[in-house]
Amino acid sequence: MIPEIGLFLCLLALALASVQVLFPTIGLLRGEAAWLAMARPAARAQFGCLLAAFATLVHAFLVNDFSLVYVAQNSNTALPWPFRVSAVWGAHEGSLLLWVLILAGWTYAVTLRDRALPSDIAAVVTAVLGLVSICFLLFMLFTSNPFARGMPAPPDGADLNPLLQDFGLIVHPPMLYMGYVGFAVPFAFAIAALVRGRLTPGWARWARPWALTAWLFLTIGIALGSWWAYYELGWGGWWFWDPVENASFMPWLLGTALIHSLAVTDKRGAFKSWTVLLAIGAFSLSLLGTFLVRSGVLTSVHAFATDPARGVFILGILGLCVGGSLTLYAWRGPSVLAGGSYAPVSRETFLLANSLLLAVATATILLGTVYPLVLDAFGLGKISVGPPYFNLVFGLLMIPLALALGWGQFARWKEESLGRLWLQLRFAAGAALMVGLCIAFAVDGPARATTAVGLALATWIVASTLTGLWARCAGRASPLTALISQPRSFVGQAIAHCGFALTIAGVCLTVALSVDRHERMAPGDSRQLGEYEFRFESLNEYAGPNYQADEARFTIYRNGKLVTELNPQKRFYKVRGMPMTEAGIDPGFTRDLYVSLGEPLEGKTWSVRLHYKAYVRWVWLGAILMATGGLLAATDRRYRQTVSAPAAAGLQAQEP
Amino acid sequence: MRFVVPLAIFIVLVVVLSLGLKLDPRYVPSPLIDKPAPEFALTRLADPAAPIARADLLGRPLLLNVWASWCSACRVEHPLLVDLAQREGVEIIGLNYKDTRPEAAAWLKAHGDPYRDSIFDPKGKLGLDLGVYGVPETFVLDAQGVIRYKQVGPMTPEIWRDEIKPLLAELQPAAP
Amino acid sequence: MRKLLLVALLLLAAGMVSAADTPFEFKDPKVERRYQKLANELRCLVCQNQSLADSHADLAQDLRDEVYRMLNDGQTDEEIVGFLVERYGDFVLYRPPVAGITYALWFGPALLLAGAGLAWWRIGRAKAPAPPTDPAEAAAIAALTGRRNEPS
Repeated sequence: MIPEIGLFLCLLALALASVQVLFPTIGLLRGEAAWLAMARPAARAQFGCLLAAFATLVHAFLVNDFSLVYVAQNSNTALPWPFRVSAVWGAHEGSLLLWVLILAGWTYAVTLRDRALPSDIAAVVTAVLGLVSICFLLFMLFTSNPFARGMPAPPDGADLNPLLQDFGLIVHPPMLYMGYVGFAVPFAFAIAALVRGRLTPGWARWARPWALTAWLFLTIGIALGSWWAYYELGWGGWWFWDPVENASFMPWLLGTALIHSLAVTDKRGAFKSWTVLLAIGAFSLSLLGTFLVRSGVLTSVHAFATDPARGVFILGILGLCVGGSLTLYAWRGPSVLAGGSYAPVSRETFLLANSLLLAVATATILLGTVYPLVLDAFGLGKISVGPPYFNLVFGLLMIPLALALGWGQFARWKEESLGRLWLQLRFAAGAALMVGLCIAFAVDGPARATTAVGLALATWIVASTLTGLWARCAGRASPLTALISQPRSFVGQAIAHCGFALTIAGVCLTVALSVDRHERMAPGDSRQLGEYEFRFESLNEYAGPNYQADEARFTIYRNGKLVTELNPQKRFYKVRGMPMTEAGIDPGFTRDLYVSLGEPLEGKTWSVRLHYKAYVRWVWLGAILMATGGLLAATDRRYRQTVSAPAAAGLQAQEP
Repeated sequence: MRFVVPLAIFIVLVVVLSLGLKLDPRYVPSPLIDKPAPEFALTRLADPAAPIARADLLGRPLLLNVWASWCSACRVEHPLLVDLAQREGVEIIGLNYKDTRPEAAAWLKAHGDPYRDSIFDPKGKLGLDLGVYGVPETFVLDAQGVIRYKQVGPMTPEIWRDEIKPLLAELQPAAP
Repeated sequence: MRKLLLVALLLLAAGMVSAADTPFEFKDPKVERRYQKLANELRCLVCQNQSLADSHADLAQDLRDEVYRMLNDGQTDEEIVGFLVERYGDFVLYRPPVAGITYALWFGPALLLAGAGLAWWRIGRAKAPAPPTDPAEAAAIAALTGRRNEPS
């Protein structure tokens, strides 16, 4: 009964979304404001319906209602309840419901803040968001209904995939979706500007915090995914350039370009066409990602139960939303999006370089991801494109980006001189060079060049950031007060850029200095990894709530002193009949110690993987810093003032 | 002008993606098509003392079917193979892949033996040389021992009718 | 749909075999490094989203054994890779070959970068600001903003 209410609420949401699209459209065509006013309540009601519908699905999982096919396929009475809740988004149908719920949530948030916009622009924004919502609700209701009943109801469910029975599933998809879906807001805003034929002065000012918030969620989402894969999959890797990982990384790259391009359009009215294109592009890549994950076109560990029939539907959505928006861009762009001027050397040119480099990086990853598909589609053979390609190409592209970052964040708007830049940043450059040379001497082996260059660039970014801080605060009456009173967006920028540097450093160091050993060990054996001694103490059996496990006890010593004790497990989940390895990890700021069980060999001997992962946490710490920076920038006081459109124009003239 | 570029790129992408929906991303085509079958020196399943080598596969077109007693999908196609061997007189040589003699023999006894002979490949060496990556697989060899077709996965009546039967007919030496 | 079923069955068949993950002993660290590189850059054909090094599939173990054997026999990396490509095709390589059909893949990024660089250069030239037409207006703006051209 309750799931039927959920289904009904989804249908109601569909009707409300239709109102959300039709009424503002009619209002704009007829020039009658009363129609426009219906958009807001419709959007809010839609959110309410979807929230309630989602609650009914959660309820079905909690009470083990196996008459729902989706629950029967993804849950089990022995499944611990937190995983039963997260199983709601553990497979295709439920995650789609989460998707539309989050979209409705973002739309709701927009309705809270859109009085700052001219009413016609606000109307189109709401309508576009409603249109996307309709597309996905139709998709869900027609091809992927989470509330579908299956008779007779099985006595127990097929259990959640063991790999997903983890904290990671509780946090990673919601964060990721908040980011993916969040880019729909700048997208809608870009469409509104094109449809209404003008880019209002406050356009970029209004869009910036939305883009920043979506971006920071996506940053966290991707970082969580990487961290989860690291400890869950058992072989210590944290990025595989898997097609679905790439599908989340591409919107992130364009999203990064977007937030920087918005800064230029906000401050100087330049890059309008670029910014609009990036806004369309970021969300388009989110939709493309949705297609790649759910259509079965590419093999991936992440792919949901794939079905080409569903793929056709999503391709249709892609064609409508992306094709429509790009057609609009091609048609209206030239007349709406002109303007802006700046000197050949200026902050603008560095930010333009930033946009272009990120766009090239995105295009490259897209190329590598779909290239096998292109060749296969035209009968030209079957190849694979994997980490060797992506690491090389992406790594090379990051070099000019990091260089531009150091200069760009220091350069002045409108006009700058290379001489002044060089003068101010020569210490930063010197520090970077020194670090690079030291690393080149200290590190041995094939990764020497990459590590030296990577750490030099990371130093360059941090040193340039510190120089910028110094320039603003030193020489003032009270440097400390000056530091504290810096605008949030500047502090956010500094932190985010340092986070980026930290990630670069972490990536280079972990690749260069980590040690992996694949060993044959029995209880009583020990192995030496650098200065750490790994001792296999004992092997026991352990019974979990829905699995049976072999648990090993490892102790790790350094210079004779006990560092830690780890308990890696090899689990066998009874219902699905799937084995899974649970690694034992000792986390640390400068290193992780990682042990995972492979397979049992003869007798009590097991194949075991021992890892010394150097500086791997820096990769995710950097991402956390980037997200923190984004949060600070998004909550800058400037964006929280609700201003009307004419006032916004005056405001822009006054801001430096 | 430059405003049209993104749309153009997108259209190309959509065309590729829609073509991609009809493909199977997991299918690995064989690079051995139109190449001679590899040389090997193994024994027959029925008799450990009886050798079998590439020369024994020459002289007439045949099917080489990779199977194993532990393979559940093989059971799906097996009745069809038995039928082809008995009714249509198709010559099928089996390649018993990574199996044990007792289990393989028992399996054939239980499900029928369509094979004129089965090659016993306990270590999978011949399988590796043939590019086998999943069982069952079926190769079509011509009279000169050149691989002409590879079927990945169980054989179905449709595949037999549409692909393999016409191919075998084509490969038959002309009647005297 | 039929193809999907076939593939699913194939996977099921593959899964019936026990998993394998046997470590190797290396006397020469250089050979060990070569092995690591090869195993990481080759793709498992059964668990197609894992490298040969990481996969526990039976076939992956067979191929690892083969790579190990060939390395100890003194074969070069090219010969080992060639051996596998001969049997499984280019699909088995995570580092795609640089051949006619992959030129666009390998040289595309460089071309895109060059194109972007060109665009950057030309836009930079084209966007130089016109001098202020009214000096009084320029002075008024400067007075209003209070500061001149500071970053952020």
